Amino acid sequence: MASMRDIKRRKVSIQSTQQITKAMKLVSTVKLQRAKNRAESSRAYFQCMYETIMGIMRRSGFINHPFMLPNGSTKKAVVVITSNRGLAGGYNSNIVKLITGSDLKKEDLAIYSIGKKGRDTLKRRGYQIKEDRSDIIEEPLYSDAMELSEDLLLAYKNGEIGEIYIAYTNFKNTVSHVPTLLKLLPVDVEATADEIGDIRSEEDNRALMNYEPEETDALDMIIPKYVTSIIYGALIQAVASENGARMQAMDSATSNAEEMIGSLELQYNRARQGHITQELTEIIGGADALNA
Amino acid sequence: MADDRAFKLRVITPDRVFYEGEVIMVELKTTEGEIGVLKRHIPLTAVIAPGVLYIKESEEEIKVAALHSGFVEVLQDSVTILAEVVEWPSEIDEKRAEEARIRAERRLSEKPMGTDLNRATLALERSVVRIETLNKGNSK
Repeated sequence: MASMRDIKRRKVSIQSTQQITKAMKLVSTVKLQRAKNRAESSRAYFQCMYETIMGIMRRSGFINHPFMLPNGSTKKAVVVITSNRGLAGGYNSNIVKLITGSDLKKEDLAIYSIGKKGRDTLKRRGYQIKEDRSDIIEEPLYSDAMELSEDLLLAYKNGEIGEIYIAYTNFKNTVSHVPTLLKLLPVDVEATADEIGDIRSEEDNRALMNYEPEETDALDMIIPKYVTSIIYGALIQAVASENGARMQAMDSATSNAEEMIGSLELQYNRARQGHITQELTEIIGGADALNA
Repeated sequence: MADDRAFKLRVITPDRVFYEGEVIMVELKTTEGEIGVLKRHIPLTAVIAPGVLYIKESEEEIKVAALHSGFVEVLQDSVTILAEVVEWPSEIDEKRAEEARIRAERRLSEKPMGTDLNRATLALERSVVRIETLNKGNSK
């Protein structure tokens, strides 16, 4: 059995770790609250944006628009949103797994990384990091998303990349975060057909829709906004998920520490008891020897 | 407000619901020109150009805002503006807008190397709209 001093030392060390995890949990709880509010107040915009885009898609279906057809390039851009800091449980590795486990070929990918953790892991695995904008994950602004989508669309138009994906963690609620890989461009009319079924009732309402300028020109202007808004939405969701994941990880770390401290306490008491018993036996033994 | 001319207007930005309420008319600028929307307008989707947004809640009550980009969806009895950037006059800093205007004008006239002309033009448009919004907001 370990000596009393060793047990005590371990207990103290675990206690100080527990203090850290507890503090981190509190911090991420506060941050989560803020990120959650932001995610919720932005939801209305994305809902409307999505419906409008789908409305246009539904009406104009399979028109010859560069944003809706493959442009021949095999390069695929993936925007990977992870965090800059670790200790968030499986948050970062889930995103990385999503990419390594997908059927996208490593050679075809150009990673636009947001978040140092994802960048470093993917780099180690031999992925090509085209651009790194890790600093925007701390406080994502709409203008950040705008810049990124401008760059992406330019590369797309020039034929440098043929498809654009985004990998982020969707914040469903405080305990459930789903790593998601979403195809941004070319806009997939087939894949969205299911969604269309759900809102078909609105069709009559929109069938008479007029566009100013012409539909294709309008698409030229609206699709960049659509891409921007999805990127921004993904950033905000990711921030909320990151803090949610960290809160959970730190919560379980704290309770694990609690458990370990409990069992060490027990060991310590047992060792102390053993020590006393031993001392007593020695004293009694000594007294008996004197009397004999 | 039991006005039968009233319809629902929503102005939404990525960060917040900017405006939501019953109005009788809204005026804004699209890429094709300025439009005024009353109730029972034909359904229309248009792309917004930088301009002043007028929200007429009643005969006396007109709200003004600077609307920079986004698009608008007009349906029979509701209007939704998806705005990327929109500001109330109280959120605009007059001095900054004025400075930005001068800076953009200078850049456009001198065209130093490496100037992004599109960007400068946009900056100019924005600052002009901001100043105009402030003037309209004060004069009403």
